Amino acid sequence: MNMMSEAAVEKALDRKMNAVPFKMIGKDVSVYYGEKRALFDVNLNVRENTVTALIGPSGCGKSTFLRTLNRMNDTIDNCRVTGKITLDEDDIYDPNIDVVELRARVGMVFQKPNPFPKSIYENVSYGPRIHGLARSKADFDQIVEQSLQKAGLWNEVKDRLHEPGTGLSGGQQQRLCIARAVAVSPEVILMDEPCSALDPIATAKVEELIHELRANFTIVIVTHSMQQAARVSQRTAMFHLGNLVEENDTDKMFTNPDDQRTQDYIMGRFG
Amino acid sequence: MSTHIVSVYDEDLKYLTRRISEMGGLAEQMVAESVRALVNADLALAQKVISDDTILDEAERQIGEKAIITIAKRQPMAADLREIMGSIRIAADLERVGDLGKNTAKRVIAVSSASLPRQLARGLEHLAELALMQLKEVLDVYASRSPEKANSIRERDNEIDAIYTSLFRELLTYMMEDPRNITPCTHLLFCAKNIERIGDHATNIAETIYYMATGAQPVGERPKDDTANTVGAIGN
Repeated sequence: MNMMSEAAVEKALDRKMNAVPFKMIGKDVSVYYGEKRALFDVNLNVRENTVTALIGPSGCGKSTFLRTLNRMNDTIDNCRVTGKITLDEDDIYDPNIDVVELRARVGMVFQKPNPFPKSIYENVSYGPRIHGLARSKADFDQIVEQSLQKAGLWNEVKDRLHEPGTGLSGGQQQRLCIARAVAVSPEVILMDEPCSALDPIATAKVEELIHELRANFTIVIVTHSMQQAARVSQRTAMFHLGNLVEENDTDKMFTNPDDQRTQDYIMGRFG
Repeated sequence: MSTHIVSVYDEDLKYLTRRISEMGGLAEQMVAESVRALVNADLALAQKVISDDTILDEAERQIGEKAIITIAKRQPMAADLREIMGSIRIAADLERVGDLGKNTAKRVIAVSSASLPRQLARGLEHLAELALMQLKEVLDVYASRSPEKANSIRERDNEIDAIYTSLFRELLTYMMEDPRNITPCTHLLFCAKNIERIGDHATNIAETIYYMATGAQPVGERPKDDTANTVGAIGN
């Protein structure tokens, strides 16, 4: 057959992506909830200043994997993680590591916007305060403004910073949560279906934001929307039944994926 | 391939496949009839070919519309997206094939007054046979989606090109023999070119099918034996 060999295509794509260093490396990551094994030896690396989308049907382990990246699974009883995950050079499951500090470096945005029942200002300044990132009011003001700017929310809320965050619309609340995550200057931001509770306009704003945040942060996003994964990410990883099926350049993943299961899933076909 | 969870989606795709096959059948028929009309100086048949072209144009429009609606509604991915984009391209190629048949048919009137040398008619018929076989095979490959077969069609286009070049030389000879031959021979030259172009469209379609099936473009230049563009150049 006379076609550009799969390997050649792979190589061309890899050349582009290979220049980008890994921010986080997951090696043989397995997760157990009690007796039940939820992830099977996943080897997945996250590239710096890249948006990596995790896709797959419900229960495939994509959120479980996401949560291993900032040890969110620690909060679940009888959850056990094996394998190794590093952030830069640091083993994040090292017993000596400070989990609070880890979560400042690897922030998280959840499916449902969950602002604190406090003012917009306090929602954003809370993280920097507990991490001791600022002292004077002027410093806090600056962090709050910058974070809200980065989250594309500043113009909408600058005149009502002391009103409760819960009074904002759903899309604004989600961007407030992103501002809150950004405020502690994390290196990586994890997003667990950040738009699933938002309308299309709010979704578009968050997607635009993800695109901009990529310049300064490394982003890992779990999404059920294939179109969203295709739009916002550069790399896509497909999970199925606790296994990593395929990880590829997003452009390739949605036009010509290697694995049949990816093919069936993204095209909405029966496996 | 397995079916979609949303079954009407499969219906949408099947509609496109069915309409493409219909277009292919009609385009084939138009080309065959246009050449027959030319060789037999059959004006009525030529007229039929000309009027059939509107059916083909309409089919292409409908396929395009359906494809756009399907993309908007289903946001197709991977093989589905390639299938739909491929349909649009193939419909455009088939529509062009119809136009070429129609153009040949239009020339029947101009050529019919002159008596065609039997040998020349044979040559044209042979060229048309090859182009039609190419078209028929590519439509069969469309049904089977075999990338290997698509590639073999692509490699055979040079046969048509070679015959076209020899017809070109032959027509030149007739024109040099007697200037009164120039008008009919020029028309015949265009007819031959039309038929040769049909081979190119068949090759386009083969390449589109290859892409639909594999997601990769066939590599390498198309084989080209059409040297008519250099006939008469110094040293030729």
